[in-house]
Amino acid sequence: MPTGDNELAGWAAAGDADAFRVLLERHYDGIFRLAFRFTGNRADAEDITQDVCVGLVDRLGAFRGEAKFSTWLYRIVVNACCDRARRRATVQRATADFAAVEDLRRAADADRGEQMDWVWEMLSRFSEDIRETAILVLAEQLSHGEVAAILGVKESTVSWRMHELRKELKQMADDDR
Amino acid sequence: MMDNFERLKEALERDPPPPDPDARQAALATAMTRFQEKNAAGAQGIAAQARPISSDGTGPSSIWSKIMHALKPSRSAWTPVLAGSASLAVLMLAVISTGVIRPDLFEKREVVSPPTGKPALVEADEAAANPAVPPDARPQDNESARDASLPSSSTQDKLVAQPAPMAQPPKIAQGWSGGAAPMVQTPQSLPAPMPRAAQDFFRSSDQFAPRARVSQGFAPSAPDAEAPAQVYRDQGRDRFETFDPNPVKVAAEDPVSTFSIDVDTASYAFMRARLNQGVLPAADSVRVEELINYFPYDYAGPDSTDTPFKANVSIMPTPWNAKTKLMRIGIKGYVPPAAETPRANLVFLIDTSGSMNAPDKLPLLRNAFGLLLTSLHPDDTVAIVTYAGSAGTALEPTKVSDRAKILAALDNLAAGGSTAGAEGIRQAYALAEANKVDGINRVILATDGDFNVGISDTETLKDFVARKRDTGVSLSVLGFGAGNYNDALMQALAQNGNGNAAYIDSLTEARKVLVEDVHATLQTIAKDVKIQVEFNPAAVAEYRLIGYETRLLNREDFNNDKVDAGEIGAGHTVTALYEITPVGSEGRLVEDLRYQSAGRPAAGLGDEIAFVKIRYKQPDGDESTLITTPVTRADEVASIEAADTEARFSAAVAGFGQVLKGGRYTGNWSIDDAITLAEGARGADRFGYRNEFVNLARLAKTAAAMAPLRQ
Repeated sequence: MPTGDNELAGWAAAGDADAFRVLLERHYDGIFRLAFRFTGNRADAEDITQDVCVGLVDRLGAFRGEAKFSTWLYRIVVNACCDRARRRATVQRATADFAAVEDLRRAADADRGEQMDWVWEMLSRFSEDIRETAILVLAEQLSHGEVAAILGVKESTVSWRMHELRKELKQMADDDR
Repeated sequence: MMDNFERLKEALERDPPPPDPDARQAALATAMTRFQEKNAAGAQGIAAQARPISSDGTGPSSIWSKIMHALKPSRSAWTPVLAGSASLAVLMLAVISTGVIRPDLFEKREVVSPPTGKPALVEADEAAANPAVPPDARPQDNESARDASLPSSSTQDKLVAQPAPMAQPPKIAQGWSGGAAPMVQTPQSLPAPMPRAAQDFFRSSDQFAPRARVSQGFAPSAPDAEAPAQVYRDQGRDRFETFDPNPVKVAAEDPVSTFSIDVDTASYAFMRARLNQGVLPAADSVRVEELINYFPYDYAGPDSTDTPFKANVSIMPTPWNAKTKLMRIGIKGYVPPAAETPRANLVFLIDTSGSMNAPDKLPLLRNAFGLLLTSLHPDDTVAIVTYAGSAGTALEPTKVSDRAKILAALDNLAAGGSTAGAEGIRQAYALAEANKVDGINRVILATDGDFNVGISDTETLKDFVARKRDTGVSLSVLGFGAGNYNDALMQALAQNGNGNAAYIDSLTEARKVLVEDVHATLQTIAKDVKIQVEFNPAAVAEYRLIGYETRLLNREDFNNDKVDAGEIGAGHTVTALYEITPVGSEGRLVEDLRYQSAGRPAAGLGDEIAFVKIRYKQPDGDESTLITTPVTRADEVASIEAADTEARFSAAVAGFGQVLKGGRYTGNWSIDDAITLAEGARGADRFGYRNEFVNLARLAKTAAAMAPLRQ
């Protein structure tokens, strides 16, 4: 039987490199997936994922096993994604130096198609709260309860946000007509 | 019809592309490296001292590192630091209470958590001394017990005794045993002793506390514990001194042109970095003389240090204007034989502020200094001063022969915090003065120039380094990074500190500055080198100095030895170009005045076009020496093709630089023309610098005027 994440996290926090590696191996894909859904491009998602993995080293000490490890990790990834989005949106500063490289990598992902572009365009019209809730509920297919635990809000808030999302999307469709 | 919500849901449910295996591998490797680093730092207790960013060395970080130091068994491959030894203690108590010997537990490395009960304070060494411990487990027990009992210092007691008990001990215990996956082999009827260290470890009650003390203690390099360490990248905040291209002057009215030499190359490297990103450099960042002087030119050099350099003059038709001519003054510095290379006392002054935390800054800087070590003599000394929020000596003066120690100090640099640049400069100068040798005494400042703590005013800093140059310590500035690069400050420091400024955009550039040209960079052969050119109004109607806008001097400054000017290093070549309009040419831009007749030119010197005067001081001298060279018609060639390779290449670079700056005087001449001219003048080009220029010029043809905003 595989060892649980919480145990691994405990050992890793205590300095067990093997445990830490298993933990990373286990969660890298999940972190990347979530980050990709938040950012919509591979380069950013890879950056965030790496940052989260490296950041875990210092953060594991703060994990005390009160929650599921995955819930705790989700929270970190969501924060990292929002931080990045916020930084980009408000401060408007970003990589100058790796501009060229990043553009090339982005182009490679252009094949994700218009469908996804539509999604990011759509999501970007909503507030950060609703956006992160929508991604966790719809893309990660978590229950409202789990999402509430990750975001640190009440379950009813999650339900309300999803309701708002549905309502506004409908409104937009009506407006377009 | 599917509504928007369904459409969104369906699109989001679709699987994102799988992660790139290489990126995955890289991320895991980086994280593991960080993990090893962190644990190694704890084990050696270096976290507090060797990371020069921590402002004081006390505080939670150093206390924690001491505890980690004491607790960590250093030779074990699997290293249970706190929870590890704690769990062993728990296990031992389990053994005692149930009387069942379970050696397999020790193999399986399971963390056994107490399900319920208040934590009993049990001394680990008590447990170790207990005779009920199974014999096969004893060596391990003893080790862990000894390790756990080591930190009995007052710091440890204080820390443990802090009034910060676990908020809900039973809940935590449940959390650990009731995690995502079921526990394997958890003894059911355990008593609940939780050794004190373990308690402390899981002390904070807020699950998502942005900065748990524990993680803060471990993570001096991660400024924000809540968000993963993200690289902060500025864009478009580079600062350059603004200036206009030198205007055309009328030789009859203003026949004398005076300027200081400039051997800096920063502008070229900065331009290259920008062009390689497909973006044109800002016009103010292009200093034409620095583009020209980036390249080594094969001029005839002097024979001895008595006259440390020789001027080469020539005149050719201007490539971008058929009606004018291009006058070149080329200076080649003396190259002392290797045996005469003086001893060096270098102080690396390294910016470790948060803004240096980018791949093209601190990591590149480490490699660059590593390269420099290879080109120094084993007896030379190197010291490292770092500055972030405060300044500190990271490495006392160390002989270059002790390479490993210097490299280790470089490796320990970590970026974080604000930038107390002025304090760093002060300390670096103090260190350099304290270890002064008869030879090269130099502070090498590596920074992005973003000073924001203490003195950050350019004028004040300039005054400071200007005073210090009298002590015989000179300053070199190596610039790193883009987006928030303060070129104006770097130039000011280097010019006033008897030094030079280079911009390091790549390891190749680091190699050029610190290996190929290391003697030119470090060893000054003449200081306060000024050039004054007097044009003969009988031959020259108008003239224009190309570049050197930021280096102009007043006419009277030429003979005033108190006025500072540029330094020239061993083997340096310096080139200055004037575009001159001969008398009688149709290319004149300034018309004759209606009410005044032109001055009466001196008779008898009609053959002379100009007279070049160069003043310089010996590196340790206070009085200047004069070198003069007349420029005559004999120095002139009739066509561009007849000019020597060096003159043609420098003309191509000058033309290109002017086009980049807006091309006020270059007419229809284009980058393509610059490419053609440079291609035919590449010469030997041993290191490929000129070839690189041609490629950069090609890039410039398609480069965007402004960097797109990253989003």
